[in-house]
Amino acid sequence: MAFLEISNVSKGFGPAGHRTEVLRDLNLSVERGEFVAVVGYSGAGKTTLINLIAGLQRPDSGSVKLDGVEITGPGPDRGLVFQNYSLLPWLTVRENIALAVNQLFPDWSATRRREHLEHHIGLVGLTHAGDRRPAELSGGMRQRVSLARALAMDPQVLLLDEPLGALDALTRATLQDEISRIATASGKTIVLITNDPDEGILMADRILPLSAGPGATLGPAVVVDLERPRDRKALNHDPRFKAIRGEIVGWLLGPGARKTTTVSRVLVLPDLLPENLDQPRTRFGVKRAPRRRSEEHRETVQVN
Amino acid sequence: MKSASAWVANLLMPLVGLGLTLLIWQLIAGHTEMRRQADGTTEEVKTGLVKDLPGPYTTWQKTSRYIVEPFAKREELDQGVLRFTWYSLIIVAKGYAIALLLGTPLGFFLGLSKSFSRMFDPIIQVLRPVSPLAWMPLGVVLFSNAGRSANELAALFTIAVCSMWPTVLNTAVGVRAIPQDYLNIARVLKLSRWQTLVKIMIPATLPYMFTGYRLSLGIAWLVIVAVEMLTGRIGIGNFLWNEYNNGLYTSIVLCIITIGVVGFLLDRGMSLLERRFKTA
Ligand SMILES: Nc1ncnc2c1ncn2[C@@H]1O[C@H](COP(=O)(O)OP(=O)(O)OP(=O)(O)O)[C@@H](O)[C@H]1O
Ligand SMILES: [Mg+2]
Repeated sequence: MAFLEISNVSKGFGPAGHRTEVLRDLNLSVERGEFVAVVGYSGAGKTTLINLIAGLQRPDSGSVKLDGVEITGPGPDRGLVFQNYSLLPWLTVRENIALAVNQLFPDWSATRRREHLEHHIGLVGLTHAGDRRPAELSGGMRQRVSLARALAMDPQVLLLDEPLGALDALTRATLQDEISRIATASGKTIVLITNDPDEGILMADRILPLSAGPGATLGPAVVVDLERPRDRKALNHDPRFKAIRGEIVGWLLGPGARKTTTVSRVLVLPDLLPENLDQPRTRFGVKRAPRRRSEEHRETVQVN
Repeated sequence: MKSASAWVANLLMPLVGLGLTLLIWQLIAGHTEMRRQADGTTEEVKTGLVKDLPGPYTTWQKTSRYIVEPFAKREELDQGVLRFTWYSLIIVAKGYAIALLLGTPLGFFLGLSKSFSRMFDPIIQVLRPVSPLAWMPLGVVLFSNAGRSANELAALFTIAVCSMWPTVLNTAVGVRAIPQDYLNIARVLKLSRWQTLVKIMIPATLPYMFTGYRLSLGIAWLVIVAVEMLTGRIGIGNFLWNEYNNGLYTSIVLCIITIGVVGFLLDRGMSLLERRFKTA
C-alpha cells in the first residue's frame, strides 16, 4: 500500500437536486518521498482534491488514507500552502510562522524554536523582511512566507495548491527552482497542484493530468524520468521533455479530458430600451416615455 | 508650494467656514435696543430675525465666566463649563464601559451561532431604535430602591442600553466576515477553541469591533444630555436644562457648542484608535 492512497473518491457540492459532482471516482497513490504534480484546468476541482487530502473537506464516498490511516480531519502532518497564501494580516512574517512553530513544538526550548523559525525564514530568503506584515510584501514574498510556514511545520506531506499561480514568469521561475531545491534537500512527499504542464515537468517525479469538471478524474500518470537538477534552458530542447509534455497536453486536450455540455441559464437584462435620438425633443426632454421590455431572456449556449 | 496649499485647505478653509457661520449667526440673532417711551422712561425691546437667539458676542459676554475659569467651582450649579463636562464624561465612561463589556461578547455569540442570531436578532432590531427618553424612566423604576445610587444606576443603565447596539451589530458582522482561510489555518494547526478565539477570531474582528466602539461612544455622549435632564445629575446636560429654566439662553448656546466640540474630539480619538487596528 502506498504512503498516500486516494481510492474511488467522489465529492460534490450543493443541495440535493442541484448537486454538481466536482470529483468522480478519483484514484491516486503517492509513494513516500515522491513528488507528484496534478495538472488540470481551472475550476476542475484541484483545490477540492487538495482539501480532501488536507482533511479540510471530507469525500462523499471513497477513502483518503495517509500511511494506512484514514484521514478524518486537518492536521499538522500535512503542511498546506494555500492557493491564496492565507497569511494572517495582523501578524508579521516571523509571527505568522511562529504561530505554527509554537503551536506544534511546545516542548522545544525557546532558543530551539527561534532557531527553527529563523532557519526556515532564511530558507526562503526572507530574513530581511521578517518584521514586515503581509500587506507590505509582494505576491512572491507572501508565497514564500506561506511555503516557509508549511515547511516549518515539518509535515510528512507537503501540499502545494498552485503556489506560483499568481506570479509573473520571472519570479515564478526563481521560486520553481527554489522549491525544487528545498524538495530535493528535504526528501519530503509533495503533492503540487498546477495549471502549467511545464511547471509540473520541471519539478515533479510524476505528472497526473486532471480532466475538466464536472466529474473530474485523474488521467494516466506520466513519469518524468529527467535527471535532477533540471535546467529549464536545456530542458526546452530536450526531446524527452517534449515527448512528456506532448503526452500530458495531448490527454488534457483529448476526448477523455474535455466534455462538451450544454448550460441553460436565465439572464436578467436591463428593463429599458435606449432612448431614440431621432425623436423630436421638447423643451423638457423626450416626448415619448421610456419603453420597457420583458426582463428575462432565456438563452442556451454551447460550452466546450 | 504644495504644503502651502495643503495648509490653506486644512486650516484656512475651516476658519473661513467658522467665520461665515459666526457672521450668519450674528445676522439672524436677536439683539436688544433701548427705546425711549412717551413718558420719558426707556424700555428694552428685542429685535432681529430670531429675537430670542443670542448672538455670538452676547453669548461670549454673558458666559465668559464659565469659560475663562473652566474648572472653577463656585456653587453646585455655578461651575466652569469643563468641570460640568468632566462630570458628564465620567458617567459616560462608566456606562460606555458596561456597553462594551456586554456588547462585545453578545456580538460574538450572534456572529458565531446562526441559531442564536435567528433567535435574538429580531429583538435587537426592535430594541435598537428605542430612544433614551424611553429607557430612562424604566431605569429609574428598576433601580428605585437602590437608595442614594439609584440615580446613577438608572443613568448607567440608560447609557449602556442605548449605546450597546452598534458594538453588538458590528462585532457580529466582523465575526461573520472572518475569512474561512483564517479558520482553516487554525484547523490545520489544531488550535484549541480558546486559542482560535484569541489568536485568530478576535484579531480578525478587531477592526469591526472598533468601528462599533466608535459609533457606540457617539451614542453614549448623545444620551448623556437626556439622562442628566431627567435625573438631575450634575453635568453639562443638567447645566443646560437649569439655565433653560432660568431663561439664560446664552448658556444654552454655550452648552450646545461644548457638547458638540467634546463629541467631535471623542470621535476623532476613537477614529485614530480605529485606524491603528486596521489590518491590511
Ligand atoms: N465549498 C464549495 N461549495 C460549492 N461549490 C464549490 C465549493 N468549492 C468548490 N466548488 C466548486 O467546485 C469546482 C471546483 O473548484 P476548485 O476550487 O476545486 O477548482 P480549482 O481546480 O482549484 O480551480 P482554480 O484553478 O481556479 O483554483 C468549482 O466549480 C467550484 O465552483
Ligand atoms: Mg484552486
